Amino acid sequence: MKAEKIRVCCTINGTKRELEGYPMARLLDLLRMDNHLTGTKEGCGEGECGACSIFLNGDLVNSCLVPLAQVEGADITTIEGIAGADQLHKVQQAFVTCGGAQCGICTPGMIMAAIALLKKHPQPTQQQIRDGLAGNLCRCTGYIKIFDSIVTACREMGLAV
Amino acid sequence: MRSYLPDFTLRVPKNLKEALHLLSAEPGVWRAFAGGTDLMVLLESGKLGTKQFLNLWNLSELKKIEVEPLRIRLGALTTFAEIQRHPILQKEFPLLCQAASLTGSPAIQNRGTLGGNIANASPAADSPPALLVYEAVLELVSAKGSRRIPYSQFHLGYKKMDLRGDELIGAIELPRESEKMKHYYRKVGPRKMQAISKICFAGVGRTNSGKVEAVRIALGSVAPVPLRCSQTENAIRGQRLTFDIVAQAKLVIAGEIAPIDDIRSTARYRRRVAQNLLGEFLESL
Repeated sequence: MKAEKIRVCCTINGTKRELEGYPMARLLDLLRMDNHLTGTKEGCGEGECGACSIFLNGDLVNSCLVPLAQVEGADITTIEGIAGADQLHKVQQAFVTCGGAQCGICTPGMIMAAIALLKKHPQPTQQQIRDGLAGNLCRCTGYIKIFDSIVTACREMGLAV
Repeated sequence: MRSYLPDFTLRVPKNLKEALHLLSAEPGVWRAFAGGTDLMVLLESGKLGTKQFLNLWNLSELKKIEVEPLRIRLGALTTFAEIQRHPILQKEFPLLCQAASLTGSPAIQNRGTLGGNIANASPAADSPPALLVYEAVLELVSAKGSRRIPYSQFHLGYKKMDLRGDELIGAIELPRESEKMKHYYRKVGPRKMQAISKICFAGVGRTNSGKVEAVRIALGSVAPVPLRCSQTENAIRGQRLTFDIVAQAKLVIAGEIAPIDDIRSTARYRRRVAQNLLGEFLESL
């Protein structure tokens, strides 16, 4: 039994889009290949590294593990939808200020995970920051500057840490 | 190598009734697909044997958490994130919440479901030991109706389950404990998060006047199925936790579990750690 391609309507970064592909096509590929939203990266392709993190209906998910057939009607936010029109999000700015990004492959996923963390714990403890980033691997920074970025972002957002 | 996508169907039933109808029309043909955190990994590595899937993710009938006087009923699609957030689960079933918080990462916990964790039937899964010590009951649903079985009888062998081709896991029921118990959970893996367990241990128990009045113990990654250790429990129940009794219980658990050497650990290590975790649990009582 061969699968037919399907068409799925969803909202990506506030704009209505139609995605087309096989039912098991990875959301990650549709975002990158068909919609040129290449800020979302592919690391491991098996949910271990977090480089492909996006928000699906407000929840942090690995887009490499989401099949197209589950995206009908969904509200999707990628890293491209995080900054304001002429201003970076406070978390993005903090990564710039603190040197939280080096090679940059993990950075979009880290920023998505950090924003999800701050939504859940506006004043995170060290442990909550560690837990919030547990699904995101970085092979350059050693994580310290990433933690610093998140602490700085909290301060900038008026949240004491 | 990545799987060839046109080979895979993911059918989207509108509601539970339609899903059960499809399953009963072609039993064994369709396989349930929930959060995809296990199946999508197999797809990507070209190891997904089944080709026809039924998408359950949007079935609201399987998403509810119902609090009843004598039990909590978790719809099979309850995610690990939802489990951790639930105040009554936090209070009365802390081991399940701990297991949920140690499964994968936050992004995985937003998609991984309790029913999926059970049906994936990995002996290394983190929630089954907690479900075993809380004496969970599964509700299995089909077009013909539903049946309830103790979770302890669900896993029949490695990846073999008491689940017919026309059935789905509908809900997981947790009986509410009337007496206060001590709860202990520990997962041992190469790192704290995003790790598949080398071994995990769940225990609940209660002492009265120095004697163990009630005790239930279950382990993951030590047998072809998640294992309730009733022989070990029998060696402890009714006893004072003297040095000799604890030493005896450690011998019993080493014989009761059947760990293997695999990519994650060795049988010898797992047996030794099971004994140590048992010791730590008994100290906490």
